[in-house]
Amino acid sequence: MSTLFQPLSTLSGVAGDAAGEVITFGAEQPLRLDSGAEIKPLTVAWKTYGTLNAQKSNAFLLCHALTLDQYAAGTHPVTGKPGWWSSMVGPGLPIDTNRFFVICINVVGGCMGSSGPHDVDPASGKPYGLSFPVITVRDMVRAQAMLLDHLGIESLFCIAGGSMGGMQVLQWAASYPERVFSALPIATAARHSAQNIAFHEVGRQAIMADPDWQGGDYLTKGTTPRKGLAVARMAAHITYLSEAALHRKFGRTLQDREALSYRFDADFQVESYLRHQGAMFVERFDANAYLYITRAMDYFDLAADYGGSLAQAFRGCRTRFCVVSFTSDWLFPTAESKKIVHALNAGGANVSFVEFDTDKGHDAFLLEVPEMFATLRGFIGAAAEARGLNAKAGA
Amino acid sequence: MLVRAPMLRPELVRIADMVEPSSRVLDVGCGDGALLEHLARTKRVDARGIEISQAGVNASVAHGLSVIQGDADTDLIEYPSRAFDFVILSQTIQATRQPKVVLEQLLRIGRFVIVSFPNFGFWKVRLKLALSGRMPITGTLTHPWHETPNIHLCTIADFVALARELDARIDRALAVDESGAVRALSAPGYWDNLTAEGAIFLLSRAA
Repeated sequence: MSTLFQPLSTLSGVAGDAAGEVITFGAEQPLRLDSGAEIKPLTVAWKTYGTLNAQKSNAFLLCHALTLDQYAAGTHPVTGKPGWWSSMVGPGLPIDTNRFFVICINVVGGCMGSSGPHDVDPASGKPYGLSFPVITVRDMVRAQAMLLDHLGIESLFCIAGGSMGGMQVLQWAASYPERVFSALPIATAARHSAQNIAFHEVGRQAIMADPDWQGGDYLTKGTTPRKGLAVARMAAHITYLSEAALHRKFGRTLQDREALSYRFDADFQVESYLRHQGAMFVERFDANAYLYITRAMDYFDLAADYGGSLAQAFRGCRTRFCVVSFTSDWLFPTAESKKIVHALNAGGANVSFVEFDTDKGHDAFLLEVPEMFATLRGFIGAAAEARGLNAKAGA
Repeated sequence: MLVRAPMLRPELVRIADMVEPSSRVLDVGCGDGALLEHLARTKRVDARGIEISQAGVNASVAHGLSVIQGDADTDLIEYPSRAFDFVILSQTIQATRQPKVVLEQLLRIGRFVIVSFPNFGFWKVRLKLALSGRMPITGTLTHPWHETPNIHLCTIADFVALARELDARIDRALAVDESGAVRALSAPGYWDNLTAEGAIFLLSRAA
């Protein structure tokens, strides 16, 4: 176990193609942020699967959620585990890499290769820490658009993502409607709710209360706020599940013991599970990146950018939408998806809306929900037909 | 992706006949999307649907249709006026909580509105009620009273009265009988109200 969180050095140990690609834009191409600040030089890391066709019409952008990264399919080169959507993305899967050129980009502010607070600030020669500018979901999308411009990809056949990834999908459709042929916002919302901001604040306060956080300068000081980040993850992880899923998985089952200890050990399996989740998380995620990305989600309010009218954000949008929610998701409940659907309808957009019955909670979008696979396959297939992409590989 | 066999209830075939090619169509209560799929395939319409049941929505979207999970009673208000050329309400109006409000919304959203419903004035229905003294169960009214989704049944005469009240013009009216055969109702009157098992109306209203 490393003491310091050093994602770039971790990645540089990964051989060749598996790591994906990284570009650093010159200082003459800064990323201009909503806050008014700039990131320069801007570094963007991404991973692709499949082949771009000659017409460049089969590009499929995946937007990752808060703590995920660009390794959506196959095996994650750092953790060695399956990519976050490896059940959905691959040859013959609903997001078929034989047909589509799948691109997944690490968000700005993240910690898997794109510019983030762990980077060295060229001005000071030290890691940015809290001097890294606050970013927004729109900033993340701007950086993605810069990369696609660089790759010569004018329009996307489809853009999909869950949770914060879904926020990026909505932002893409609002900011660049002419570049998005179809869109799959999953388990998401057009604005972060007060309850969700509150949960994020708990996580951030846990990180900042850890003495090893060092006012954000832990990289310089040679510490890692493990406990704070682990607690943040534990609290957040509960919100990704449902009461029913927790009960089904753990109930009140005791962990490695026959009776209550009458101490504060992890008596219950659910405690042990959460501790494990927290401990795993600090090995792969940067505490400051967690602060910045949760802040970006908190700031997300798409309607606010359009005079308070979400319908206005999508007016005249020709994109085909399929909005997806899950019955047991209380973090991004169906009511939030319905607001998106109503706004799209009011704007006259082409929209489908499906709610799946599952007890898996918010995390359902990452899990095997066979009915979801069938439905997404139908939506993507019909969109491909409308786009003139035939079913042959790379066609 | 449109792969299902082209089997359509006779009534839906008649409704499809009323729809202009390449028009914008909203099917309210579209079930598994069979009519929309038929219209998309045979008339190249821009087909959209609303369906209350999750199973119906999932089946429709899995077949490549644009369908949202929603409720005719509450969600029609979200659509802009004149958003569609045809709005279809097939065998659904009698299951809504507020048929008058729903019909009003349909006339606002669509240039034309197609409504089909079982006729409670059909002679067999009247006879069953008259002779047995119990709520009729027929080929189209298949549920006992305590389980039926049909909470606002009406007769053809009732529907014509409601259409007049809403300033809707009746552009076409068809009687559908038990075998699925159809005949025109020129001026739906007493005889039609007695002999038609169901009806299909094409309505419109000056914008």
